[in-house]
Amino acid sequence: MTLIDQLRFNTQVLARQRWRTALLLLTISLGVASVVVLTSVGEGARRYIAGEFSALGQQILIVLPGKTETSGAAPPLYGTSPRDLTLEDANALARLSTIARIAPIIAGTARVSHGSVAREVVTLGTTPDFFPVRNLRIDLGQPLPSSAVDTASPTLVLGAKLKQELFGNSNPLNQWLRIGERRFRVVGVLEERGESLGLDMRDMAIIPIRSAEQLFNSAGLFRILLELKQIDQLELTKRQILNSIRLRHDGEDDVTLISQDSMLNSFDNVLSTLTASVGAIAAISLLVAGILIMNISLISVSQRQREIGLLKALGAPASRVRALFLHESLLLTGAGSLLGIAAGELAVALALQLLPNFPFYAPLWAELAAMLIAVGSGLLFSWWPANRAAGLDPVLAMRGAIGGHQ
Amino acid sequence: MNTSRPTNTPLINLSQLNKQYQIGNTPFNALDGIDLQINAGEYVAITGPSGSGKSTLLNMIGLLDRPDKGCYQLLGEATEALDEELRARRRREQIGFIFQAFHLIPRLSALENISLPLMLAGLPRAEQQQRGMQALQQVGLGPQASQRPNQLSGGQQQRVAIARAIVMQPPLLLADEPTGNLDQRSGADVIELLEGLNSQGMTLLIVTHDPALAQRSRRQLQLVDGRIVSDQQP
Repeated sequence: MTLIDQLRFNTQVLARQRWRTALLLLTISLGVASVVVLTSVGEGARRYIAGEFSALGQQILIVLPGKTETSGAAPPLYGTSPRDLTLEDANALARLSTIARIAPIIAGTARVSHGSVAREVVTLGTTPDFFPVRNLRIDLGQPLPSSAVDTASPTLVLGAKLKQELFGNSNPLNQWLRIGERRFRVVGVLEERGESLGLDMRDMAIIPIRSAEQLFNSAGLFRILLELKQIDQLELTKRQILNSIRLRHDGEDDVTLISQDSMLNSFDNVLSTLTASVGAIAAISLLVAGILIMNISLISVSQRQREIGLLKALGAPASRVRALFLHESLLLTGAGSLLGIAAGELAVALALQLLPNFPFYAPLWAELAAMLIAVGSGLLFSWWPANRAAGLDPVLAMRGAIGGHQ
Repeated sequence: MNTSRPTNTPLINLSQLNKQYQIGNTPFNALDGIDLQINAGEYVAITGPSGSGKSTLLNMIGLLDRPDKGCYQLLGEATEALDEELRARRRREQIGFIFQAFHLIPRLSALENISLPLMLAGLPRAEQQQRGMQALQQVGLGPQASQRPNQLSGGQQQRVAIARAIVMQPPLLLADEPTGNLDQRSGADVIELLEGLNSQGMTLLIVTHDPALAQRSRRQLQLVDGRIVSDQQP
């Protein structure tokens, strides 16, 4: 029997049992579609995070005070060291030839008040370079003045949400407000932008770094953001930074360097695992579909026993009968998977329309794996019914003498 | 396929064939020491009361059943040694079956039903069509090629089944009560068709309980309790 004959024979069988075929196709395609949709959510989350990191800029390097082992775990947010990382360290690093911009940061929480309104917010002390390094845009007014690199001045840039809470719709520029005991003049307001690396830039006050030293009464930096001139100088720059810190810190390079790559990799691993696990959960529904195929095939073997007996009498060996039944299930699961992939892609396209900011994306590996599992479980679970059909006694089968529940 | 066969070898040679079935706790001898030779081109009717073993004998000859004891040579080949694959192949190539209940597949057209054995043999599609059509014309149903079995009369359905049996041009035709489900006239048509095929050289074995039909054959075997009690040859 040629493959084309088998295909024709089985499509006729499937077309004849329209409802059974439709039901099985629906079950299989639902299973495949759910794998596609769920993995597209996981993969979307991964891409979303990756997008956030690339907004940070590829040439960014972060220096944290304290030496921390980073192997395997998520990047450390706070190092611990007996020796502070200071603005003087940052200024020394700024002299390295491969560094384009440098933004040391002092961070703390402070009470920001204007008139009768007060809010407890994260306050960052930094330099004007901070804005281009973090891709922050000014909506209103100016960023910090260039003098803020190394001198204290009572100037302040507000996050969009904080501005709204303190000033409502009125113009905040050149208004004075208090942070703790000190007075600052608003010089600019950040453009509205979502969360970035866990920091809500909308709810934040940014002041010159020297002012922050005074405000928090500490010279210890929270971290230093560096932007390299060229991406391929990453390793070289890392070595230079460590050398420079070692010279300044009595022979110890007690800082931790994090590149965007290493952070991204950590998130990437976590999210890929997440995607694979939700995909695997959805794939269980394909096993259920396989069991349904088995039951329906068993019924089909009983219903078609006269035909099976006839085929054997006409000279179809057991292997041919088995192949016919396996082939039928292959046809069903194959068509069902293709339908499921199409339905899943459609759902993903719809989701993209509804939530354009979230990059839903069904990865090819998930589609292939779903198809493979669908076809595999179809074959696995129709093996038994196919063997039963192959083992039928032709004479008894033709008489319809074989019971339905044997 | 059978041209090299020595002319003195019978087409069918059964010796001491036994088949026992268990019915409840008591064993039942369906076939009890059958010795039988049938030569190529013969026209044999097998008669006997129900339960006498005629259908079992036909299934045995048709390689659908295996004997417990004894020897069956088909075209000089001992069939006991054949595995299931080869037995299926012999059925396909050397034996045409005609059943009382026609056994056509309802979803397939007349031509597709006839082409089944050709399809199982793996012949190319064009040849299946052409040989199927030829067989259909041979039984006088050329115009009905694309009709489904339920659009055909009983007599027409049995003629489609006969076309299916001869489409591989087997040397042996086995018919189990071929007229049992037919009225007198279509039954007579079917028998004439089968006798025509016999006169063209096909060996014809008919199992029947109709004495009038048995009378038409040239050799009549009568079975009682699994034994041949009479073998009338001209």
